Amino acid sequence: MKFILKLQDSVRHLFKEGAPFHHVEPIFDAADTFAFTPAEQTHRGAHVRDAIDIKRVMITVIYALMPCFLFGVWNAGYQYNMTHAVPDARLVDHMLRGLIIVLPIVFVSYAVGGFWEVLFSCVRKHPINEGLLVSGFLFPLILPPTIPLWQVAVGITFGIVIGKEIFGGTGMNVVNPALLSRAFIFFAYAKSMTGNVWIASKGDQVVDAVTGATPLGVLSAMPEGATAADAIASGQVSFMQAFLGVMPGSIGETSALACLIGAVMLLLAGIASWRIMLACVIGLLSTATLAHLFGSSPMSQIPPHYHLVMGGFAFGAVFMATDPVSAAATNAGKWIYGFLIGMLVIIVRVLNAGFPEGVMLSILFMNLMAPLIDSFVVDHHVRRRRKRG
Amino acid sequence: MAKLRKIVSDPLADNNPVTWQVLGVCSALAVTTQVSTALVMSIALTAVLCGSNVVISLLRNMIPNKIRMIVELCVIATLVILADQILRAFVYDISKQLSVFVGLIITNCIVMGRAEAYALQNPPFKSFLDGIGNGLGYSIILVAVAAFRELLGSGTLLGITVLSPEWYVGNTLMLLPPGAFVIIGLLIWFQRTVISKTLREED
Repeated sequence: MKFILKLQDSVRHLFKEGAPFHHVEPIFDAADTFAFTPAEQTHRGAHVRDAIDIKRVMITVIYALMPCFLFGVWNAGYQYNMTHAVPDARLVDHMLRGLIIVLPIVFVSYAVGGFWEVLFSCVRKHPINEGLLVSGFLFPLILPPTIPLWQVAVGITFGIVIGKEIFGGTGMNVVNPALLSRAFIFFAYAKSMTGNVWIASKGDQVVDAVTGATPLGVLSAMPEGATAADAIASGQVSFMQAFLGVMPGSIGETSALACLIGAVMLLLAGIASWRIMLACVIGLLSTATLAHLFGSSPMSQIPPHYHLVMGGFAFGAVFMATDPVSAAATNAGKWIYGFLIGMLVIIVRVLNAGFPEGVMLSILFMNLMAPLIDSFVVDHHVRRRRKRG
Repeated sequence: MAKLRKIVSDPLADNNPVTWQVLGVCSALAVTTQVSTALVMSIALTAVLCGSNVVISLLRNMIPNKIRMIVELCVIATLVILADQILRAFVYDISKQLSVFVGLIITNCIVMGRAEAYALQNPPFKSFLDGIGNGLGYSIILVAVAAFRELLGSGTLLGITVLSPEWYVGNTLMLLPPGAFVIIGLLIWFQRTVISKTLREED
Protein backbone atom coordinates (compact mmCIF):
# COMPACT_ATOMS: atom_id res chain seq x y z
CA MET A 1 0.00 0.00 0.00
CA LYS A 2 2.85 2.35 0.86
CA PHE A 3 4.20 1.82 -2.63
CA ILE A 4 0.97 2.97 -4.27
CA LEU A 5 0.73 5.96 -1.98
CA LYS A 6 4.31 6.97 -2.81
CA LEU A 7 3.66 6.52 -6.50
CA GLN A 8 0.55 8.67 -6.37
CA ASP A 9 2.21 11.37 -4.31
CA SER A 10 5.20 11.44 -6.64
CA VAL A 11 3.05 12.21 -9.68
CA ARG A 12 0.49 14.40 -7.91
CA HIS A 13 2.23 17.64 -8.89
CA LEU A 14 1.86 16.75 -12.58
CA PHE A 15 -1.90 17.24 -12.29
CA LYS A 16 -1.87 20.55 -10.44
CA GLU A 17 -3.12 23.78 -12.00
CA GLY A 18 -0.83 24.73 -14.87
CA ALA A 19 0.97 21.37 -14.90
CA PRO A 20 1.09 19.35 -18.14
CA PHE A 21 -1.65 16.85 -17.22
CA HIS A 22 -4.03 19.24 -15.51
CA HIS A 23 -6.82 18.64 -18.04
CA VAL A 24 -7.03 14.95 -17.09
CA GLU A 25 -6.90 15.70 -13.35
CA PRO A 26 -10.26 13.93 -12.71
CA ILE A 27 -8.71 10.62 -13.76
CA PHE A 28 -5.92 11.03 -11.23
CA ASP A 29 -8.40 12.14 -8.60
CA ALA A 30 -10.54 9.06 -9.21
CA ALA A 31 -7.57 6.69 -8.92
CA ASP A 32 -6.38 8.57 -5.84
CA THR A 33 -9.65 8.49 -3.93
CA PHE A 34 -10.35 4.96 -5.09
CA ALA A 35 -7.30 3.69 -3.26
CA PHE A 36 -7.11 6.08 -0.29
CA THR A 37 -9.19 8.44 1.74
CA PRO A 38 -8.75 11.94 0.31
CA ALA A 39 -6.32 14.17 2.16
CA GLU A 40 -8.70 17.11 2.32
CA GLN A 41 -10.54 17.38 5.59
CA THR A 42 -13.37 19.51 6.76
CA HIS A 43 -11.99 21.91 9.28
CA ARG A 44 -14.38 24.57 10.56
CA GLY A 45 -17.89 24.78 11.83
CA ALA A 46 -20.23 21.95 12.59
CA HIS A 47 -20.29 18.95 10.32
CA VAL A 48 -21.61 15.43 10.45
CA ARG A 49 -19.03 12.67 10.62
CA ASP A 50 -20.30 9.51 9.07
CA ALA A 51 -18.72 6.45 7.54
CA ILE A 52 -21.13 6.52 4.64
CA ASP A 53 -20.43 8.53 1.51
CA ILE A 54 -21.50 8.23 -2.09
CA LYS A 55 -18.84 5.61 -2.87
CA ARG A 56 -20.06 3.35 -0.03
CA VAL A 57 -23.68 3.79 -1.08
CA MET A 58 -22.87 2.78 -4.62
CA ILE A 59 -20.78 -0.20 -3.60
CA THR A 60 -23.57 -1.43 -1.31
CA VAL A 61 -25.96 -1.36 -4.24
CA ILE A 62 -23.45 -3.42 -6.22
CA TYR A 63 -23.35 -5.98 -3.37
CA ALA A 64 -27.13 -6.07 -3.36
CA LEU A 65 -27.12 -6.69 -7.10
CA MET A 66 -24.83 -9.69 -6.74
CA PRO A 67 -27.60 -12.29 -6.17
CA CYS A 68 -29.33 -11.07 -9.33
CA PHE A 69 -26.05 -11.04 -11.23
CA LEU A 70 -24.88 -14.49 -10.14
CA PHE A 71 -28.28 -16.00 -10.74
CA GLY A 72 -28.48 -14.22 -14.09
CA VAL A 73 -25.11 -15.63 -15.13
CA TRP A 74 -26.17 -19.13 -14.17
CA ASN A 75 -29.55 -18.76 -15.83
CA ALA A 76 -28.09 -17.42 -19.09
CA GLY A 77 -25.71 -20.37 -19.24
CA TYR A 78 -28.44 -22.80 -18.28
CA GLN A 79 -30.86 -21.53 -20.90
CA TYR A 80 -28.11 -21.59 -23.52
CA ASN A 81 -27.09 -25.13 -22.69
CA MET A 82 -30.73 -26.22 -22.68
CA THR A 83 -31.63 -24.70 -26.04
CA HIS A 84 -28.40 -25.90 -27.61
CA ALA A 85 -28.87 -29.33 -26.07
CA VAL A 86 -25.39 -29.47 -24.56
CA PRO A 87 -25.07 -32.96 -23.01
CA ASP A 88 -24.21 -33.47 -19.30
CA ALA A 89 -24.00 -29.78 -18.50
CA ARG A 90 -23.43 -29.26 -14.78
CA LEU A 91 -23.47 -26.20 -12.54
CA VAL A 92 -19.89 -25.27 -13.45
CA ASP A 93 -20.63 -25.54 -17.16
CA HIS A 94 -23.69 -23.35 -16.79
CA MET A 95 -21.73 -20.74 -14.85
CA LEU A 96 -18.85 -20.72 -17.33
CA ARG A 97 -21.14 -20.49 -20.32
CA GLY A 98 -23.08 -17.74 -18.55
CA LEU A 99 -19.91 -15.78 -17.83
CA ILE A 100 -18.88 -16.04 -21.48
CA ILE A 101 -22.25 -14.56 -22.42
CA VAL A 102 -22.67 -11.94 -19.69
CA LEU A 103 -19.19 -10.61 -18.93
CA PRO A 104 -18.62 -9.00 -22.36
CA ILE A 105 -21.90 -7.12 -21.96
CA VAL A 106 -20.90 -5.82 -18.53
CA PHE A 107 -17.44 -4.96 -19.80
CA VAL A 108 -18.72 -2.98 -22.78
CA SER A 109 -21.23 -1.18 -20.59
CA TYR A 110 -18.53 -0.10 -18.12
CA ALA A 111 -15.89 0.71 -20.74
CA VAL A 112 -18.10 2.85 -22.98
CA GLY A 113 -19.99 4.44 -20.09
CA GLY A 114 -16.67 5.10 -18.34
CA PHE A 115 -15.27 6.75 -21.43
CA TRP A 116 -18.11 9.29 -21.53
CA GLU A 117 -17.98 9.83 -17.79
CA VAL A 118 -14.25 10.58 -17.91
CA LEU A 119 -14.59 12.77 -21.00
CA PHE A 120 -17.28 14.93 -19.39
CA SER A 121 -15.40 15.09 -16.09
CA CYS A 122 -12.27 16.32 -17.81
CA VAL A 123 -14.11 18.90 -19.93
CA ARG A 124 -16.27 20.12 -17.07
CA LYS A 125 -13.48 19.88 -14.49
CA HIS A 126 -15.42 17.99 -11.86
CA PRO A 127 -14.30 14.78 -10.16
CA ILE A 128 -15.41 11.51 -11.71
CA ASN A 129 -18.62 10.46 -10.00
CA GLU A 130 -19.43 7.00 -8.80
CA GLY A 131 -22.89 6.89 -10.33
CA LEU A 132 -21.60 4.98 -13.30
CA LEU A 133 -20.54 2.15 -11.04
CA VAL A 134 -24.22 1.34 -10.50
CA SER A 135 -25.70 2.52 -13.82
CA GLY A 136 -23.11 0.59 -15.79
CA PHE A 137 -23.96 -2.55 -13.84
CA LEU A 138 -27.74 -2.15 -13.76
CA PHE A 139 -27.89 -1.70 -17.50
CA PRO A 140 -26.50 -5.13 -18.51
CA LEU A 141 -28.80 -6.80 -16.00
CA ILE A 142 -31.90 -5.48 -17.74
CA LEU A 143 -30.81 -6.60 -21.19
CA PRO A 144 -31.46 -9.95 -22.84
CA PRO A 145 -28.28 -12.06 -22.99
CA THR A 146 -28.46 -12.15 -26.78
CA ILE A 147 -28.04 -8.40 -27.18
CA PRO A 148 -25.35 -7.44 -29.74
CA LEU A 149 -22.45 -5.72 -27.99
CA TRP A 150 -22.46 -2.64 -30.24
CA GLN A 151 -26.04 -2.01 -29.17
CA VAL A 152 -24.92 -2.12 -25.55
CA ALA A 153 -22.34 0.54 -26.43
CA VAL A 154 -24.84 2.75 -28.24
CA GLY A 155 -27.42 2.31 -25.48
CA ILE A 156 -25.15 3.21 -22.58
CA THR A 157 -23.82 6.16 -24.58
CA PHE A 158 -27.33 7.52 -24.98
CA GLY A 159 -28.20 6.89 -21.34
CA ILE A 160 -25.06 8.46 -19.91
CA VAL A 161 -24.77 11.44 -22.28
CA ILE A 162 -28.39 12.37 -22.97
CA GLY A 163 -29.83 11.01 -19.73
CA LYS A 164 -27.23 12.21 -17.27
CA GLU A 165 -24.26 14.27 -18.39
CA ILE A 166 -26.11 16.98 -20.29
CA PHE A 167 -28.13 17.64 -17.14
CA GLY A 168 -24.92 18.03 -15.15
CA GLY A 169 -23.79 14.52 -14.23
CA THR A 170 -24.48 12.24 -11.28
CA GLY A 171 -27.25 13.52 -9.07
CA MET A 172 -28.69 15.85 -11.69
CA ASN A 173 -30.39 13.32 -13.95
CA VAL A 174 -34.15 13.58 -14.41
CA VAL A 175 -34.66 9.92 -15.28
CA ASN A 176 -32.76 6.78 -14.39
CA PRO A 177 -29.82 6.55 -16.87
CA ALA A 178 -29.76 2.74 -16.99
CA LEU A 179 -33.47 2.59 -17.75
CA LEU A 180 -33.15 5.32 -20.34
CA SER A 181 -30.40 3.34 -22.04
CA ARG A 182 -32.70 0.37 -22.15
CA ALA A 183 -35.61 2.44 -23.42
CA PHE A 184 -33.34 3.70 -26.18
CA ILE A 185 -32.51 0.18 -27.33
CA PHE A 186 -36.11 -0.89 -26.86
CA PHE A 187 -37.35 1.74 -29.31
CA ALA A 188 -34.30 1.94 -31.59
CA TYR A 189 -33.53 -1.74 -32.04
CA ALA A 190 -36.77 -3.40 -31.06
CA LYS A 191 -35.76 -6.66 -32.71
CA SER A 192 -33.03 -7.26 -30.15
CA MET A 193 -35.44 -6.87 -27.26
CA THR A 194 -38.33 -8.90 -28.58
CA GLY A 195 -38.92 -11.74 -30.92
CA ASN A 196 -37.42 -15.10 -31.48
CA VAL A 197 -33.90 -15.08 -30.05
CA TRP A 198 -32.20 -18.30 -29.04
CA ILE A 199 -32.80 -17.85 -25.42
CA ALA A 200 -36.45 -17.28 -25.98
CA SER A 201 -37.28 -20.11 -28.32
CA LYS A 202 -38.29 -23.44 -26.93
CA GLY A 203 -38.97 -25.80 -29.77
CA ASP A 204 -41.69 -24.41 -31.95
CA GLN A 205 -43.14 -22.23 -29.26
CA VAL A 206 -42.32 -18.61 -29.96
CA VAL A 207 -41.84 -16.63 -26.82
CA ASP A 208 -41.61 -12.91 -26.34
CA ALA A 209 -38.55 -11.83 -24.41
CA VAL A 210 -39.48 -8.25 -23.60
CA THR A 211 -38.00 -7.42 -20.20
CA GLY A 212 -37.62 -11.13 -19.75
CA ALA A 213 -41.36 -11.11 -19.52
CA THR A 214 -41.46 -14.54 -20.95
CA PRO A 215 -44.48 -15.72 -19.03
CA LEU A 216 -46.05 -12.40 -19.95
CA GLY A 217 -45.08 -13.05 -23.52
CA VAL A 218 -46.69 -16.46 -23.43
CA LEU A 219 -49.84 -15.05 -21.89
CA SER A 220 -50.16 -12.03 -24.15
CA ALA A 221 -49.45 -14.03 -27.30
CA MET A 222 -51.95 -16.78 -26.56
CA PRO A 223 -53.41 -18.37 -29.68
CA GLU A 224 -57.01 -17.69 -30.61
CA GLY A 225 -59.46 -19.43 -28.31
CA ALA A 226 -57.01 -20.18 -25.52
CA THR A 227 -57.04 -17.98 -22.45
CA ALA A 228 -54.43 -16.89 -19.98
CA ALA A 229 -56.22 -18.89 -17.30
CA ASP A 230 -55.77 -22.06 -19.38
CA ALA A 231 -52.04 -21.46 -19.69
CA ILE A 232 -51.70 -21.08 -15.95
CA ALA A 233 -53.89 -24.10 -15.27
CA SER A 234 -51.97 -26.26 -17.71
CA GLY A 235 -48.69 -25.35 -16.03
CA GLN A 236 -47.19 -23.50 -18.99
CA VAL A 237 -46.54 -20.63 -16.62
CA SER A 238 -46.11 -21.49 -12.98
CA PHE A 239 -45.80 -19.15 -10.03
CA MET A 240 -42.82 -21.03 -8.58
CA GLN A 241 -40.93 -21.01 -11.87
CA ALA A 242 -41.45 -17.29 -12.26
CA PHE A 243 -40.50 -16.70 -8.61
CA LEU A 244 -37.25 -18.63 -8.88
CA GLY A 245 -36.58 -17.31 -12.35
CA VAL A 246 -35.40 -20.43 -14.15
CA MET A 247 -36.66 -19.19 -17.47
CA PRO A 248 -35.57 -17.13 -20.44
CA GLY A 249 -35.48 -13.39 -20.06
CA SER A 250 -33.28 -10.38 -19.33
CA ILE A 251 -30.09 -11.30 -17.50
CA GLY A 252 -30.80 -10.11 -13.99
CA GLU A 253 -34.54 -9.79 -13.99
CA THR A 254 -35.96 -13.28 -14.20
CA SER A 255 -35.60 -14.24 -10.56
CA ALA A 256 -37.92 -12.51 -8.13
CA LEU A 257 -36.16 -14.40 -5.34
CA ALA A 258 -32.76 -12.87 -6.17
CA CYS A 259 -34.36 -9.42 -6.29
CA LEU A 260 -35.95 -10.11 -2.90
CA ILE A 261 -32.55 -10.95 -1.41
CA GLY A 262 -31.18 -7.75 -2.92
CA ALA A 263 -34.10 -5.82 -1.46
CA VAL A 264 -33.41 -7.18 2.01
CA MET A 265 -29.74 -6.18 1.71
CA LEU A 266 -30.63 -2.67 0.56
CA LEU A 267 -33.18 -2.21 3.33
CA LEU A 268 -30.86 -3.54 6.05
CA ALA A 269 -28.16 -1.16 4.86
CA GLY A 270 -30.75 1.61 4.93
CA ILE A 271 -30.00 2.68 1.37
CA ALA A 272 -33.19 2.13 -0.59
CA SER A 273 -36.56 3.43 0.46
CA TRP A 274 -38.93 0.79 1.83
CA ARG A 275 -41.80 3.17 1.22
CA ILE A 276 -41.24 3.12 -2.51
CA MET A 277 -40.88 -0.66 -2.69
CA LEU A 278 -43.97 -1.27 -0.59
CA ALA A 279 -45.98 1.33 -2.45
CA CYS A 280 -45.04 -0.28 -5.77
CA VAL A 281 -46.27 -3.64 -4.53
CA ILE A 282 -49.50 -2.19 -3.12
CA GLY A 283 -50.17 -0.26 -6.31
CA LEU A 284 -49.54 -3.33 -8.41
CA LEU A 285 -51.61 -5.70 -6.32
CA SER A 286 -54.60 -3.41 -5.89
CA THR A 287 -54.79 -2.50 -9.56
CA ALA A 288 -54.27 -6.11 -10.61
CA THR A 289 -57.05 -7.21 -8.27
CA LEU A 290 -59.41 -4.65 -9.77
CA ALA A 291 -58.43 -5.73 -13.27
CA HIS A 292 -58.83 -9.37 -12.32
CA LEU A 293 -62.30 -8.82 -10.87
CA PHE A 294 -63.74 -6.46 -13.46
CA GLY A 295 -61.46 -6.62 -16.48
CA SER A 296 -62.48 -8.30 -19.69
CA SER A 297 -59.19 -8.41 -21.61
CA PRO A 298 -57.46 -11.82 -21.78
CA MET A 299 -54.54 -10.56 -19.67
CA SER A 300 -56.87 -9.64 -16.82
CA GLN A 301 -57.41 -13.32 -16.09
CA ILE A 302 -53.94 -13.56 -14.62
CA PRO A 303 -54.20 -13.82 -10.82
CA PRO A 304 -52.87 -10.65 -9.17
CA HIS A 305 -49.99 -12.28 -7.30
CA TYR A 306 -48.54 -13.59 -10.58
CA HIS A 307 -47.84 -10.02 -11.59
CA LEU A 308 -45.41 -9.68 -8.68
CA VAL A 309 -43.05 -12.32 -9.98
CA MET A 310 -43.45 -11.94 -13.73
CA GLY A 311 -41.40 -9.73 -15.99
CA GLY A 312 -39.14 -7.04 -14.63
CA PHE A 313 -41.39 -5.86 -11.81
CA ALA A 314 -39.37 -7.19 -8.88
CA PHE A 315 -36.10 -5.85 -10.27
CA GLY A 316 -37.68 -2.55 -11.24
CA ALA A 317 -39.34 -1.98 -7.89
CA VAL A 318 -36.21 -2.86 -5.90
CA PHE A 319 -33.37 -1.34 -7.93
CA MET A 320 -34.86 1.08 -10.45
CA ALA A 321 -37.79 2.83 -8.77
CA THR A 322 -35.75 3.43 -5.60
CA ASP A 323 -32.96 5.35 -7.34
CA PRO A 324 -32.72 8.29 -4.91
CA VAL A 325 -31.96 10.83 -7.63
CA SER A 326 -34.89 10.23 -9.94
CA ALA A 327 -37.47 9.12 -7.36
CA ALA A 328 -39.70 11.37 -5.30
CA ALA A 329 -37.90 12.75 -2.26
CA THR A 330 -40.65 13.47 0.27
CA ASN A 331 -42.11 10.61 2.28
CA ALA A 332 -45.68 11.19 1.16
CA GLY A 333 -44.36 11.70 -2.35
CA LYS A 334 -42.65 8.32 -2.22
CA TRP A 335 -45.95 6.59 -1.44
CA ILE A 336 -47.70 8.29 -4.33
CA TYR A 337 -44.78 7.72 -6.68
CA GLY A 338 -44.50 4.01 -5.88
CA PHE A 339 -48.23 3.40 -5.95
CA LEU A 340 -48.57 4.99 -9.37
CA ILE A 341 -45.66 2.93 -10.73
CA GLY A 342 -47.39 -0.27 -9.65
CA MET A 343 -50.68 0.93 -11.07
CA LEU A 344 -49.18 1.94 -14.43
CA VAL A 345 -47.42 -1.42 -14.75
CA ILE A 346 -50.79 -3.20 -14.62
CA ILE A 347 -52.42 -0.70 -16.93
CA VAL A 348 -49.75 -1.31 -19.56
CA ARG A 349 -49.62 -5.07 -19.02
CA VAL A 350 -53.33 -5.76 -18.88
CA LEU A 351 -55.09 -3.01 -20.79
CA ASN A 352 -52.56 -2.11 -23.47
CA ALA A 353 -52.18 -4.74 -26.14
CA GLY A 354 -49.16 -2.96 -27.65
CA PHE A 355 -46.63 -3.83 -24.96
CA PRO A 356 -46.60 -7.07 -22.95
CA GLU A 357 -44.49 -5.42 -20.23
CA GLY A 358 -44.71 -1.96 -18.74
CA VAL A 359 -42.24 -1.71 -15.86
CA MET A 360 -39.63 0.26 -17.75
CA LEU A 361 -42.17 2.68 -19.21
CA SER A 362 -43.97 3.21 -15.90
CA ILE A 363 -40.80 3.93 -13.95
CA LEU A 364 -39.50 6.34 -16.59
CA PHE A 365 -42.86 8.09 -16.67
CA MET A 366 -43.03 8.41 -12.91
CA ASN A 367 -39.40 9.63 -12.85
CA LEU A 368 -40.63 12.56 -14.89
CA MET A 369 -43.56 13.12 -12.53
CA ALA A 370 -41.54 12.83 -9.32
CA PRO A 371 -40.59 16.53 -9.02
CA LEU A 372 -44.22 17.47 -9.57
CA ILE A 373 -45.38 15.09 -6.84
CA ASP A 374 -42.77 16.49 -4.45
CA SER A 375 -43.83 20.01 -5.25
CA PHE A 376 -47.47 19.18 -4.45
CA VAL A 377 -46.50 17.49 -1.20
CA VAL A 378 -44.36 20.41 -0.08
CA ASP A 379 -47.07 22.91 -1.04
CA HIS A 380 -49.58 20.90 0.93
CA HIS A 381 -47.33 20.91 4.02
CA VAL A 382 -46.79 24.63 3.74
CA ARG A 383 -50.50 25.29 3.47
CA ARG A 384 -51.31 23.04 6.42
CA ARG A 385 -48.71 24.68 8.62
CA ARG A 386 -49.92 28.12 7.70
CA LYS A 387 -53.46 27.17 8.69
CA ARG A 388 -52.26 25.75 11.98
CA GLY A 389 -50.13 28.71 12.90
CA MET B 1 -28.86 47.52 -48.03
CA ALA B 2 -27.01 45.96 -45.11
CA LYS B 3 -30.16 46.44 -43.09
CA LEU B 4 -32.23 44.61 -45.66
CA ARG B 5 -29.71 41.80 -45.77
CA LYS B 6 -29.89 41.52 -42.01
CA ILE B 7 -33.66 41.00 -42.21
CA VAL B 8 -33.01 37.87 -44.24
CA SER B 9 -29.86 36.64 -42.53
CA ASP B 10 -30.87 37.17 -38.92
CA PRO B 11 -33.47 34.40 -38.72
CA LEU B 12 -31.15 31.93 -40.42
CA ALA B 13 -28.99 31.37 -37.37
CA ASP B 14 -28.88 34.11 -34.76
CA ASN B 15 -32.60 34.44 -34.31
CA ASN B 16 -33.72 31.17 -35.82
CA PRO B 17 -37.47 30.64 -35.40
CA VAL B 18 -37.08 26.95 -34.48
CA THR B 19 -33.89 26.72 -32.45
CA TRP B 20 -33.91 30.19 -30.91
CA GLN B 21 -37.58 31.05 -30.51
CA VAL B 22 -38.62 27.38 -30.37
CA LEU B 23 -41.62 27.91 -32.64
CA GLY B 24 -43.04 25.53 -35.22
CA VAL B 25 -41.61 22.54 -33.40
CA CYS B 26 -44.65 20.29 -33.86
CA SER B 27 -44.29 20.18 -37.62
CA ALA B 28 -40.55 19.80 -37.22
CA LEU B 29 -41.27 16.62 -35.28
CA ALA B 30 -43.91 15.33 -37.64
CA VAL B 31 -42.63 15.75 -41.18
CA THR B 32 -38.91 15.13 -40.75
CA THR B 33 -38.66 11.36 -41.14
CA GLN B 34 -37.54 11.90 -44.75
CA VAL B 35 -35.63 14.71 -46.41
CA SER B 36 -38.06 14.85 -49.33
CA THR B 37 -41.12 15.55 -47.19
CA ALA B 38 -39.14 18.06 -45.14
CA LEU B 39 -38.10 19.89 -48.32
CA VAL B 40 -41.64 20.08 -49.66
CA MET B 41 -42.93 21.19 -46.29
CA SER B 42 -40.22 23.86 -46.10
CA ILE B 43 -41.09 25.22 -49.52
CA ALA B 44 -44.80 25.24 -48.69
CA LEU B 45 -44.24 27.04 -45.41
CA THR B 46 -41.85 29.59 -46.90
CA ALA B 47 -44.33 30.35 -49.69
CA VAL B 48 -47.22 30.75 -47.27
CA LEU B 49 -45.13 32.86 -44.90
CA CYS B 50 -43.99 35.25 -47.67
CA GLY B 51 -47.51 35.50 -49.04
CA SER B 52 -49.16 36.13 -45.72
CA ASN B 53 -46.51 38.65 -44.68
CA VAL B 54 -46.97 40.63 -47.89
CA VAL B 55 -50.77 40.57 -47.82
CA ILE B 56 -51.01 41.45 -44.16
CA SER B 57 -48.45 44.18 -44.59
CA LEU B 58 -50.51 45.64 -47.43
CA LEU B 59 -53.63 45.52 -45.27
CA ARG B 60 -51.90 46.67 -42.11
CA ASN B 61 -53.46 50.13 -42.07
CA MET B 62 -56.94 48.82 -42.79
CA ILE B 63 -57.15 46.01 -40.24
CA PRO B 64 -59.07 47.01 -37.09
CA ASN B 65 -56.89 46.18 -34.13
CA LYS B 66 -59.57 44.23 -32.27
CA ILE B 67 -60.12 41.65 -34.98
CA ARG B 68 -56.64 41.58 -36.42
CA MET B 69 -56.06 37.93 -35.49
CA ILE B 70 -59.18 36.84 -37.32
CA VAL B 71 -58.11 38.76 -40.41
CA GLU B 72 -54.64 37.28 -40.22
CA LEU B 73 -56.05 33.79 -39.90
CA CYS B 74 -58.31 34.34 -42.93
CA VAL B 75 -55.33 35.38 -45.04
CA ILE B 76 -53.14 32.53 -43.81
CA ALA B 77 -55.88 29.93 -44.20
CA THR B 78 -56.55 31.01 -47.77
CA LEU B 79 -52.88 30.75 -48.66
CA VAL B 80 -52.53 27.37 -46.97
CA ILE B 81 -55.47 25.97 -48.89
CA LEU B 82 -53.90 27.26 -52.08
CA ALA B 83 -50.59 25.65 -51.19
CA ASP B 84 -52.31 22.39 -50.31
CA GLN B 85 -54.14 22.30 -53.65
CA ILE B 86 -50.95 23.03 -55.58
CA LEU B 87 -49.10 20.25 -53.77
CA ARG B 88 -51.92 17.82 -54.48
CA ALA B 89 -51.85 18.75 -58.13
CA PHE B 90 -48.09 18.49 -58.68
CA VAL B 91 -46.52 16.26 -55.99
CA TYR B 92 -49.42 14.04 -55.02
CA ASP B 93 -47.36 11.30 -53.32
CA ILE B 94 -45.51 13.64 -51.02
CA SER B 95 -48.64 15.63 -50.29
CA LYS B 96 -50.25 12.36 -49.18
CA GLN B 97 -47.33 11.65 -46.86
CA LEU B 98 -47.55 15.13 -45.40
CA SER B 99 -51.27 14.46 -44.83
CA VAL B 100 -52.71 16.98 -42.37
CA PHE B 101 -49.48 18.80 -41.74
CA VAL B 102 -49.80 21.07 -44.75
CA GLY B 103 -53.21 22.10 -43.48
CA LEU B 104 -51.73 22.61 -40.05
CA ILE B 105 -49.45 25.35 -41.40
CA ILE B 106 -52.45 27.55 -40.54
CA THR B 107 -51.69 27.03 -36.88
CA ASN B 108 -47.91 27.19 -37.28
CA CYS B 109 -46.71 29.72 -34.75
CA ILE B 110 -44.04 31.05 -37.08
CA VAL B 111 -46.59 32.28 -39.67
CA MET B 112 -48.86 33.84 -37.10
CA GLY B 113 -45.92 35.16 -35.11
CA ARG B 114 -44.31 36.94 -38.06
CA ALA B 115 -47.64 38.44 -39.07
CA GLU B 116 -48.18 39.77 -35.57
CA ALA B 117 -44.64 40.78 -34.82
CA TYR B 118 -43.43 42.07 -38.16
CA ALA B 119 -45.89 42.42 -41.02
CA LEU B 120 -48.34 44.53 -39.02
CA GLN B 121 -45.68 47.20 -38.49
CA ASN B 122 -43.60 47.10 -41.66
CA PRO B 123 -43.99 47.83 -45.39
CA PRO B 124 -44.59 44.99 -47.87
CA PHE B 125 -41.09 44.57 -49.27
CA LYS B 126 -39.45 44.34 -45.87
CA SER B 127 -42.17 41.94 -44.76
CA PHE B 128 -41.50 39.84 -47.83
CA LEU B 129 -37.81 39.63 -46.94
CA ASP B 130 -38.71 38.80 -43.37
CA GLY B 131 -40.89 35.97 -44.68
CA ILE B 132 -38.04 34.67 -46.83
CA GLY B 133 -35.60 34.82 -43.91
CA ASN B 134 -37.83 33.09 -41.40
CA GLY B 135 -39.00 30.55 -43.96
CA LEU B 136 -35.40 29.68 -44.78
CA GLY B 137 -34.46 29.58 -41.10
CA TYR B 138 -37.24 27.07 -40.53
CA SER B 139 -36.20 25.16 -43.67
CA ILE B 140 -32.57 24.82 -42.62
CA ILE B 141 -33.52 23.23 -39.32
CA LEU B 142 -36.20 21.05 -40.88
CA VAL B 143 -33.89 19.69 -43.55
CA ALA B 144 -31.03 19.21 -41.08
CA VAL B 145 -33.24 17.27 -38.68
CA ALA B 146 -34.68 15.25 -41.55
CA ALA B 147 -31.20 14.45 -42.89
CA PHE B 148 -30.13 13.09 -39.50
CA ARG B 149 -33.32 11.13 -39.04
CA GLU B 150 -33.41 9.63 -42.50
CA LEU B 151 -29.73 8.76 -42.45
CA LEU B 152 -29.73 7.21 -38.97
CA GLY B 153 -33.23 5.78 -39.17
CA SER B 154 -33.31 4.18 -42.59
CA GLY B 155 -29.75 4.64 -43.86
CA THR B 156 -30.86 6.71 -46.86
CA LEU B 157 -30.77 10.33 -47.97
CA LEU B 158 -33.51 11.56 -50.33
CA GLY B 159 -34.34 7.92 -50.88
CA ILE B 160 -30.81 6.99 -52.02
CA THR B 161 -29.14 4.31 -49.92
CA VAL B 162 -26.10 5.74 -48.15
CA LEU B 163 -25.58 3.30 -45.31
CA SER B 164 -26.04 -0.16 -46.75
CA PRO B 165 -28.59 -2.30 -44.91
CA GLU B 166 -26.09 -5.15 -45.16
CA TRP B 167 -24.12 -3.77 -42.25
CA TYR B 168 -26.17 -0.84 -40.97
CA VAL B 169 -29.09 -1.55 -38.67
CA GLY B 170 -31.63 1.26 -38.88
CA ASN B 171 -32.26 3.09 -35.61
CA THR B 172 -36.05 3.06 -35.44
CA LEU B 173 -36.11 5.53 -32.56
CA MET B 174 -35.07 8.16 -35.10
CA LEU B 175 -38.22 7.46 -37.09
CA LEU B 176 -40.38 8.12 -34.04
CA PRO B 177 -41.17 11.69 -32.90
CA PRO B 178 -38.95 11.42 -29.78
CA GLY B 179 -35.98 10.95 -32.12
CA ALA B 180 -36.70 14.37 -33.62
CA PHE B 181 -36.93 15.82 -30.12
CA VAL B 182 -33.44 14.57 -29.34
CA ILE B 183 -32.02 15.87 -32.63
CA ILE B 184 -33.65 19.30 -32.26
CA GLY B 185 -32.42 19.45 -28.69
CA LEU B 186 -28.88 18.71 -29.80
CA LEU B 187 -29.14 21.31 -32.58
CA ILE B 188 -30.32 23.91 -30.08
CA TRP B 189 -27.41 23.00 -27.81
CA PHE B 190 -25.01 23.22 -30.73
CA GLN B 191 -26.29 26.62 -31.74
CA ARG B 192 -26.44 28.16 -28.29
CA THR B 193 -23.14 26.91 -26.97
CA VAL B 194 -20.97 26.53 -30.03
CA ILE B 195 -22.11 29.05 -32.67
CA SER B 196 -23.44 31.81 -30.43
CA LYS B 197 -20.45 31.56 -28.12
CA THR B 198 -18.04 32.32 -30.92
CA LEU B 199 -20.29 35.17 -32.04
CA ARG B 200 -20.36 36.62 -28.54
CA GLU B 201 -16.60 36.38 -28.23
CA GLU B 202 -16.21 38.20 -31.55
CA ASP B 203 -18.35 41.06 -30.25
